Amino acid sequence: MAANIFEKIITNINKNKLKYIFLLIIVLLILPFVVENQYVLHIAVLTLMYVLLSSSLNVIVGYTGQYNIGHVAFYAIGAYTAAIISTRFNLNFIIVILISGFVASLFSLMLGIPTLRLRGIFFAFTTLGFAEITRLTILNWRSLTRGPFGIPGVPIPQIFGMRLSTNTHFYFMIFILLFLMLLMTYRIINSRVGRAWISIREDEQASASMGVDTFKYKIMNLMYGTFWAGVGGAFFAYFAGYVSADSFILDESFRFFAMVLVGGTGTLAGPILGGAVLTILPQVFRSFARYQMIIYGVAILLIIHYKPEGLLGGRTFKRDLSESEDN
Amino acid sequence: MTKILSSENLCKYFGGVRAVDQVDFSVDKGEIFGIIGPNGAGKTTLFNLLTGTLGVTKGKIYFKDGEITNLPPQKVTRLGIARTFQNIKLFEEMEVLENVKIGFHTQTKTNMLDAVLKNNKLKEDEEKVHLEGLKLLERVNMLDKKNNLAKNLSYGDKRRLEIARALAVKPEILLVDEPAAGMNPHETDEVVELLEQLNKEGITVVIIEHDMKVIMGMCDEILVLNNGVKLAQGTAAEVQKNPEVIEAYLGK
Repeated sequence: MAANIFEKIITNINKNKLKYIFLLIIVLLILPFVVENQYVLHIAVLTLMYVLLSSSLNVIVGYTGQYNIGHVAFYAIGAYTAAIISTRFNLNFIIVILISGFVASLFSLMLGIPTLRLRGIFFAFTTLGFAEITRLTILNWRSLTRGPFGIPGVPIPQIFGMRLSTNTHFYFMIFILLFLMLLMTYRIINSRVGRAWISIREDEQASASMGVDTFKYKIMNLMYGTFWAGVGGAFFAYFAGYVSADSFILDESFRFFAMVLVGGTGTLAGPILGGAVLTILPQVFRSFARYQMIIYGVAILLIIHYKPEGLLGGRTFKRDLSESEDN
Repeated sequence: MTKILSSENLCKYFGGVRAVDQVDFSVDKGEIFGIIGPNGAGKTTLFNLLTGTLGVTKGKIYFKDGEITNLPPQKVTRLGIARTFQNIKLFEEMEVLENVKIGFHTQTKTNMLDAVLKNNKLKEDEEKVHLEGLKLLERVNMLDKKNNLAKNLSYGDKRRLEIARALAVKPEILLVDEPAAGMNPHETDEVVELLEQLNKEGITVVIIEHDMKVIMGMCDEILVLNNGVKLAQGTAAEVQKNPEVIEAYLGK
């Protein structure tokens, strides 16, 4: 019964997509003017940031089917790049955010070249390892990252002489970044490039036999997704004003993954819902803060069991990572 | 007749198993070329070697004037060789029309930047791909199903869609692997008709098929494999008279 009503709501949303998107944008734009509670606003900023991060993971996991479990590494690289260059050079924050995205992207290129030829589960393991290597490097490369002390004093971003320091400012900053990300991704997905990405997810052998250089497209896809993870990281550095290795443990990766899975892989809307639900839900139950990971774990289990395509997904999440190699 | 596709001493070993062993064959331009043989004869492995899906152990493959041995599949496709798969490999979670659109990948140029900027290159490519995709679907009588997900198609439709997708590549030569497997006689006739029509339009067709009626009826030349070894190559009449072929199929 409940499932039935849910299906109806989803169908209704799908029918009137544009209207709902428009409505959502309006609501999101008005929100910071209506909400006066700073704590709520702070959560709103984090929610949009997690939506950006899980969407960026979805580009890789959901559209091309590459199981990148170490996404947190690129988020960390973005955050640290922003913290390091903004505390050493006097650069506009927009440039810093862009550079951070590109640096994260560059690291993914170096990771992708030797590993993207591996299939399924092996790529997943490698990314997992890369996340730990990144965290340990941050902890130990003291001359660059100050190791366990983290980097404080990330300057307050400024634009046209205006200091962007309130929650409302950051809210609009992340709103714009997220909007750009979703718009660009939407356009890419609905082009020749996006089709090639999805075809790789569906059947890499068939994709290659259609003339798609699958390796090149997997690299491009990984670089695009991690670019936005780097941007998210840079935003986080400015928002928190401080970065430390504690923020970039593997739990974060699993959090992104849970958001994508719960919302629905391979859809733009999925990670938006998943990111929102899984950021807000733990806040509602924040008295159980230390059981947060249990919430994520239970959420993943429930979804995989009852609605494996995710709340908004049309595609079934493949439980089996080992693609069959048949002739 | 000019050769379009040929092999020289082609071998593929999986450990001790000789899946394809010293096979020489040649396909003439414009013909329908059949490959037959009992199960496990190495027919599909041969296809996989020809299209770069598998690397060869020994030997050479030629396409037109050049050698294509061990080229990766996407390069082989670019040269004008398209294929279908024995165990149907569609993009299951994509719509029928989208499946065909991917076939135009090599004939379009849109990159990520074009897509983000939504510039003229993107619009031209999308329009071209859309129109030509619809044409191909019309060709295989699937226009009414263009928005269905590939996974929801009937078996016969899946086979036809795979052919349509391969045609999008605009191949000079089309390799089809058991296109009539699991089809009823009526569907089989339709596929045979489609392949013969394509052949008339100038596409060389190489077909693996177990249905002897199909093979004997449509092929100009037939290659017979058994246990990875070539038994014979010739016209239907020649092959049917060959004692080794009879032995392979019927026993002594």
